[in-house]
Amino acid sequence: MREITLNVNGAEHRVPAAEDEMLLYVLRDRLNLTGTKYGCGEGQCGACTVLIDGRPTRSCQMHASAVSGRKITTIEGIEADGKLHPVQQAFLEEEAFQCSYCTPGMILSAVGLLKANPKPSDEEIIRGMNGNICRCGTYPRIVAAIRRAAEGGAQ
Amino acid sequence: MSFDSELLQQTTDRLTHSFTVNRRELLKLFGAGLMVCAVDARALQESGGRRRNEEEERVPHDVASWIHIAEDNNVTVFTGKAEMGQNIRTSLAQQVSEELHVPLDTITMVMADTELCPFDMGTFGSRTTPQMGTELRNIAATAREMLVDMAASKLVGNRNQLVAANGTVTNNATRQSIRYGELLNGRQLVQMIPDDPPLISPEKWTVAGKAVPKVYGREFVTGEHKYASDLSRPGMLYGKVVRPSEYHATLASLDADEAQQASGVTVVHDGDFVGVVARDSTSAARAANTIKAQWKAPQQISEKELYSYLREKPANQGQQAGGEGGGRANVHEKGSFDSAFGSAEKKIEATYTVAYIQHAPLEPRAAVAEWNGDKVTVWTGTQRPFAVRDELVQAFHLPEQNVRVIVPDTGSAYGGKHTGEAAVECARLAKAAGKPVKLQWTREEEFTWAYFRPAGVIDVKAGARGDGALVAWEYHNYNSGPSAIKPPYEVPNQRIQFHPTENPPLRQGSYRSLAATANHFARESSMDEVAHAIGIDPLEFRLKHISDPRLRAVFETAAKRFGWGQQKPSQERGFGLAGGFEKGGYVATCAEVAVDPASRAVRVVRVVEAWDCGPVVNPNGLKNQIEGAIMQGMGGALFEDVHFADGRVLNPRFALYRVPRFRDMPKIEVELIDRKDEKPFGAGETPIVGIAPAVGNAIFSATGIRLRSLPMVPQGLPEIG
Repeated sequence: MREITLNVNGAEHRVPAAEDEMLLYVLRDRLNLTGTKYGCGEGQCGACTVLIDGRPTRSCQMHASAVSGRKITTIEGIEADGKLHPVQQAFLEEEAFQCSYCTPGMILSAVGLLKANPKPSDEEIIRGMNGNICRCGTYPRIVAAIRRAAEGGAQ
Repeated sequence: MSFDSELLQQTTDRLTHSFTVNRRELLKLFGAGLMVCAVDARALQESGGRRRNEEEERVPHDVASWIHIAEDNNVTVFTGKAEMGQNIRTSLAQQVSEELHVPLDTITMVMADTELCPFDMGTFGSRTTPQMGTELRNIAATAREMLVDMAASKLVGNRNQLVAANGTVTNNATRQSIRYGELLNGRQLVQMIPDDPPLISPEKWTVAGKAVPKVYGREFVTGEHKYASDLSRPGMLYGKVVRPSEYHATLASLDADEAQQASGVTVVHDGDFVGVVARDSTSAARAANTIKAQWKAPQQISEKELYSYLREKPANQGQQAGGEGGGRANVHEKGSFDSAFGSAEKKIEATYTVAYIQHAPLEPRAAVAEWNGDKVTVWTGTQRPFAVRDELVQAFHLPEQNVRVIVPDTGSAYGGKHTGEAAVECARLAKAAGKPVKLQWTREEEFTWAYFRPAGVIDVKAGARGDGALVAWEYHNYNSGPSAIKPPYEVPNQRIQFHPTENPPLRQGSYRSLAATANHFARESSMDEVAHAIGIDPLEFRLKHISDPRLRAVFETAAKRFGWGQQKPSQERGFGLAGGFEKGGYVATCAEVAVDPASRAVRVVRVVEAWDCGPVVNPNGLKNQIEGAIMQGMGGALFEDVHFADGRVLNPRFALYRVPRFRDMPKIEVELIDRKDEKPFGAGETPIVGIAPAVGNAIFSATGIRLRSLPMVPQGLPEIG
């Protein structure tokens, strides 16, 4: 199996990856970055969302080999100096989760959303987040958390 | 009348258990400390006459939890309950903190581990708060009193001068104090206690009753928390099961040559079970895809025949699981329905249907299995770790003590993870591979090979007098279940029956609130219909027939917050309400819907729900549950529906099976009625039951169309006529 180089959370990793291997499985199986979740395998639920060059991307739909050399950020990579990212902090403060399985994907989608649109309206949050499923139904809290992060100037 | 058969009907296995951990074995796991459990007072008496031989002494069968207080004052609580998002890791710890008088952050909850925790039937039925919560309060309170007793012999002064707080007993007169752990003097003490100590009244709660943040919340927002599907073991491989083409299929032929020759791949073939193990998920999936299996399946009932099948195939009396559920046991009669209905001035008759739906937990079934000789440990997300242990015991013919099931906090379940399919499959693969194996079901597997909320047909007849009194009520539920089948209203003449179906077309099981959703939908829609037929406001009509003040209170509270009756419905805007009582919880739900006459799209705009389950243990966690239940309930109300034909699910993907998303979100307002003078009950389920009928009634108020099938608007509002 050939090796590829992935830049994940600021570090370069040489990892074996098959031609057809999705980024999700390279992250989970080979780099043990299990904060990125499998939920559907068809880009419908958003649980596997990571940032690629700052943009939310479904890692279950992206061949790992296609993002070699790009900047990949997972949920494990957004804390800085032991301090939660403002979006993580806002999720905690709003308790915007129940089982929390969707939470990493929600947070990264929100980080990407706020990067593109730092002061979104509720309607823009809903449109931006609609590809992410929370089966526990904490949507109102997630919207509140994103609003809170935006008001605090989250980037 | 016994309608308790619902769990029997909807639970695939039910075994009796004995908890065989020896006290000494248990204590070996810990250092010095005080281990306290509650037992039935009679059991204490019976064991009192036995030889006091600690080696032989077994923990009584009915022990359901332990609390351990260590020398360093750390407290560990052992319970077989599982955390899957309902926030009980937090709410149970709050209750222990409250009664034991220790800081919340000194408590560790060890949950759902069959080796460490006492037997527990499972985490379902909204029983954690009323049963486990109450038990833990009892144990903690008694432990606290014991510790004060022990302190009394060490500290100068009277016992009544001693106060327990913050894990310390203090003599208020002398200011002398001693920590709980110091009282133990390095001893290991096991104490079984009667289960009726004096509890702190909810009015005086300082830790319970507060919006304490979720325990381990930080681990969830950082991705650190390891769900079963995230775990890794040394040398671990990845599994994949080759699925039959249809339900009930048997293997006719198998060609696995290509997979067998692939490097690092193990093929497992055992009866009708076929699977592979490989070095990574992708290789496992690829190898499984190369396997050519021919399956032979019998003819099966398809969706188009579903409702006639459910009605026409009654299970024989006593033929259901557990020998209960059919025939007269499920009939409830009061007064004389036939004569009352015959002479009623306003009558309605209607049939309702509810579709099979998915639980759709975002974490599909997953397991990691590791064998050590003839012992196996399986980590898996399940609501019933001990039942999964028993499945493994049976599947592998092992003694019970050779199987350990550990449930990491799970990516939700909603009644959908009572069973251990992935655990058994994964253990089989790991056994063949001779290495630890992880198996993660795909979404398609979860949507096909798990089980479903039962579909059902409900026939309702209701008769009222001209003065608005509901006098006759007949109700037949086919297959969906008997939960909340009886109306919470005063009706003098009733005939109610649950009719289980023999061999329902799809594998069905538990679901959040069980059939209470279906039964509330049919009943509350019918109440609305009768109210409209008589020309009485639907709220007033209900209140006329309610004698329970708590049910009245939730209706009045929800209606007031909603502004019931203040806005006139139009073709584009409707208002509906519904409510009821189940599993100790009172609920009333008001909904406002917007209907687009051009596109015929229906949108739920606003929902107000009032809720009373006794004293509130964690108001923020409770609100979260209620909001989530409303959001989730909207899916089954509006558009969720499992399509199936010839033994196959036709929409086993999120792209084809629509669940509620952000854009479906109404404005949700929750009113908690905190009844500190009542007993606490659970809230994981019943808050879901009001939304479907409230929305249906709101659609009627806007359009005059009475929708009697769940889901109501999978393709938007149907054309009239």
